[in-house]
Amino acid sequence: MAAVVSWRFETSRVGISGTLGRIPAALRLVTRSRLGAFGLMIVVAFILIGIFGAWLAPHDPNAINVRARLAPPSWTNLLGTDQLGRDILSRVLVGTRVSLLVALSSILLAAALGILMGLASGYGPRWLDRILIAIFDTVRSFPTLMFGIAVIALFGPSIWTVIAIIVTTTFPIYARIVRTQTMAIKNTEFILAERSIGASPVRIAFVHVLPNIVGQLFILASMDVPVVIMIESGLSFLGLGIRPPNASWGTILNDGYAFVRNSPWPVIAGGVPLILTTIGFTFLGETLRDLLDPKLRNER
Amino acid sequence: MLAVTSLVLMIRLVPGDPATVLLGPRATEAAKAALRAQMGLDQPFPIQVVGFLWNVLHGDLGMDVISRRPIADIVMAQLPYTLTLIGVAMAGAALIGIPLGCYSALRRNSWVDNVIGVLAVSAIAMPSFVIAIYFVLIFSIQLNLLPAIGSGAPGNILEQVRHLILPALAIGLNWVGYLARFVRSSMIEVLGERHIRSARAHGLRESRVLFSYALPLAILPTITVIGVGIGSLLSAAVLTEIVFARPGIGKLMFDSITQRNYPVVMAVVLVTTILFIACTTLADVINGLVDPRVRQTS
Repeated sequence: MAAVVSWRFETSRVGISGTLGRIPAALRLVTRSRLGAFGLMIVVAFILIGIFGAWLAPHDPNAINVRARLAPPSWTNLLGTDQLGRDILSRVLVGTRVSLLVALSSILLAAALGILMGLASGYGPRWLDRILIAIFDTVRSFPTLMFGIAVIALFGPSIWTVIAIIVTTTFPIYARIVRTQTMAIKNTEFILAERSIGASPVRIAFVHVLPNIVGQLFILASMDVPVVIMIESGLSFLGLGIRPPNASWGTILNDGYAFVRNSPWPVIAGGVPLILTTIGFTFLGETLRDLLDPKLRNER
Repeated sequence: MLAVTSLVLMIRLVPGDPATVLLGPRATEAAKAALRAQMGLDQPFPIQVVGFLWNVLHGDLGMDVISRRPIADIVMAQLPYTLTLIGVAMAGAALIGIPLGCYSALRRNSWVDNVIGVLAVSAIAMPSFVIAIYFVLIFSIQLNLLPAIGSGAPGNILEQVRHLILPALAIGLNWVGYLARFVRSSMIEVLGERHIRSARAHGLRESRVLFSYALPLAILPTITVIGVGIGSLLSAAVLTEIVFARPGIGKLMFDSITQRNYPVVMAVVLVTTILFIACTTLADVINGLVDPRVRQTS
């Protein structure tokens, strides 16, 4: 019995702890490339702003001050004020949290759903695979934003609808990758050995197959953040995402664009963080991919 | 693909009761019933589905209840604007992106290549509607060079072109970056092939090797990418049309949502989805025709 146990540890190539243990090393590698270091810096900065931004905000982001509407930057309002006299810097700081929270939580959900569906489809029976593949392809055949707008037209705009839209449109990418990887790993010797000692399919899928594909999913997620942020801010810009008066980058742009001829500051302040984060995450994702997984290079 | 299309059509039919939405909560039961009968909603669900599919196959998307015009006409009237925008954007992106990519591939790892590489990645990452907003801010409001709103008076070609430049650039910029990178890697791959080496060994001039032998091969795979790209540009076009207040599919959809005219919204989604699928399929077919290797593997 002892021999069998040790066999398992030698053969199941990477454990969960092994994968997570490699992250610091990977990050150290990332900082060696200038592009990666730059991306990482931006990403960390914005995550910090997302966490602590609400406390850094000099004013209440929703406090209306009609007398000082559309003011240019000054010492009291470092980035000026919007059409209701609200402090733009405070709104951007608080909006960062909303935008990042929506993006990261929906990617996490999408990845989780994708992993479940992908494992089921790659490891499960043939008929299940067929059905799931049909679902993935159907979802992917919609132009994302069109699908989003249609769903919102039906269910009404809210932060939850936005998250649901992002999850439904992005999970098939993860599911597909998990599926192919699962199928590739399924017939390797260490999985066969595992089956021969009577491990259940669920255990094999989660304990032995999953850790081997987490790295790829991580890269994919980091490259997906810009796309997801685009969907959220795009919908919010149309007034179909985050509801006013709550601030997100999209709603700041929406408010600002209506008054763009009176004051350029709201639009500049709402757009710059959006561009910086998307660039930051893309640089980070590209560097990670080049370092960890050159195979993925041509797939997207 | 057919299966996908029909599935998509089924999903289109899920919307709640349009009669209630359209007439508001204070409408009388009789008025709602009349409207339902007019829209065919009083029929059993399977009959609705089949009827709807049958009509769609005949190019009939139903009647718009508000303007009393066929929905298909409304959508088709707006479609050319969007298609022009997407076509011009893609053509522009190809004209700028492909030469940049080739140049990078030839000057591989030089500082020019590195700069183009970084710019390309940044261009890919930037959300196009934010670029559109900044273009309006810089070129229309601050510099007053190009118009920000509308699509120009019909018949006045020069005016229309001037209205097209900014939106097309805004949605094309992502693709400049994408194509530059794609062509770069495919050019590098082709330049390493043996027939290029033998062409050089035969003493052909370098320009002839590049333009007659390497370039055509390197550009072929971009056809597929462009095909898929036209589909994905649809999403970008929706937002950009709204930023520039241009007529088109996106504007139509947005206006229909604000009027709660859901049948039109659904028709737009349906048409664009079909367009999207058509572009992707066409790209696959063309790719199969020009590159025999794809045919063998699939």
